[in-house]
Amino acid sequence: MIRKMIFHFGRYMIWLRSILSKPEKFFMYYKETIRQMDDIGIGSLKIVLIVSIFIGAVVAVQLSYQLGETLVPKWYVGYILRDMVIIDMAPTITCLVLAGKVGSNIAAEIGGMRQKEHIDAMEVMGVNTTSYLVLPKIIAGLFMTPLLVILAAGLGIGSGYLIAIIGGYFTAAEFLQGLTTYYDAYNVFIMIIKSLVYGYIFTSVSAYHGYFVKPGSIALGRAGTDAVVYSNILILVSDYIIATVMTG
Amino acid sequence: MIRAKKIFKSFGDLKILDDIDFTFERRKTNLIIGQSGAGKTVLLKILVGLLEPSSGEVWYDQTNCMSLNKKERRQLSMSVGMLFQGSALFDSMSVEENIRFPMDMFTNFTDGEKRARVDYCLNRVELNGVNDKYPSELSGGMQKRVGIARAIVLKPKYLFCDEPNSGLDPKTAIVIDDLIKDITIEEDMTTVINTHDMNSVMEIGDNILLLNKGKMEWTGHKDEILASQNQFLTDFIFASPFLKQLKDRAFQGI
Repeated sequence: MIRKMIFHFGRYMIWLRSILSKPEKFFMYYKETIRQMDDIGIGSLKIVLIVSIFIGAVVAVQLSYQLGETLVPKWYVGYILRDMVIIDMAPTITCLVLAGKVGSNIAAEIGGMRQKEHIDAMEVMGVNTTSYLVLPKIIAGLFMTPLLVILAAGLGIGSGYLIAIIGGYFTAAEFLQGLTTYYDAYNVFIMIIKSLVYGYIFTSVSAYHGYFVKPGSIALGRAGTDAVVYSNILILVSDYIIATVMTG
Repeated sequence: MIRAKKIFKSFGDLKILDDIDFTFERRKTNLIIGQSGAGKTVLLKILVGLLEPSSGEVWYDQTNCMSLNKKERRQLSMSVGMLFQGSALFDSMSVEENIRFPMDMFTNFTDGEKRARVDYCLNRVELNGVNDKYPSELSGGMQKRVGIARAIVLKPKYLFCDEPNSGLDPKTAIVIDDLIKDITIEEDMTTVINTHDMNSVMEIGDNILLLNKGKMEWTGHKDEILASQNQFLTDFIFASPFLKQLKDRAFQGI
């Protein structure tokens, strides 16, 4: 198990090095990056929208329930919800979902290309396939993930507000008071850092699993599963590390 | 000309290729034949640079490929074209985009020049008017032809074909064979074909290398096959009772 982990880590690092080479044609990389931005960003809007709306709603309802019978002022719900969503819920939950949706897609796409000899065809032409197939995905992930996370945070807070008002858990004034109290821009900075790290993790780890897929449909399915599982584990581990380093 | 010099290849303890020493000649259709598992695909992948041999050298004319660094190898790749067994056309691209891809990646041709070259290549493989179709909309034979068009778009000096006839009916297979042979002569290329299609062997086998369990079993021209005393070659080429009967009758007639 440990030997296997060391093997994968070593191969991943060597593989990463080959990504960073001069593009054969800058325009082709640019075109591919735009395509990936569309895939990762626009293609994930729906799922991010659904997930973030429910996150905000559930957090608002549960906070109201937990603080309801206490002496804690009601505006605290808005304050806690805002920081919970910004610091952890929006980046972490959104990226766990993206790792499932985008990560499995990346692993299947690159793995399929490997199995159908598309990667060999590009290699024979002289294309640096690690760079051409992976770098645009990582760049797109680094650009689009923070945008999706910001959107998720906004929608999460908004949906929490709406659900709580509709459900009569607190008033609009109480919620707005909470939202504007103890605001610290540093929390948004943490959110952006998290989304950048997670975006890098799920794109590169998924591409790695697709790139080294073994022949056969079972192996392709396993590559997709591994991409999601390892991305999720690494996201959670780095969540803890970032939390410790930035807020500890 | 491509020269394989004393090529050995093994995966762990499993020996795949053992002392392959052979010259693939220019303007000829050079065939690598042999049973499944004989090492044909591994040899082809070594020749094209997708695999490293355990020992030995591959020479493209005066260039020793083993002594090249990554950048020089990529440079050399521009003079190589390859047709894959499953055509390896990119699904998300149209026929035209597939053929343009090497030009988009490596040349500074204008859009008009690229379009003209695509049209020329499609015309050469007799597939006019399919520019906007996607690979999934084409038959297997048409996909192979698009694969050939993409392989020759940068006017390569060396063409490799991995099982160009697999999955094709005999008539279409002959069309593909003839096309490869004609292009080899027209474009002055060294063509290496990996096949186990006996029709291809008898049709376009200018220079044949027969592999048996990773070793060179027999080499020669298609015309030498009938007269050969090599039992393995005879058993391999005339594997079916029908072909064996035909051969025997032909000899009785003589």
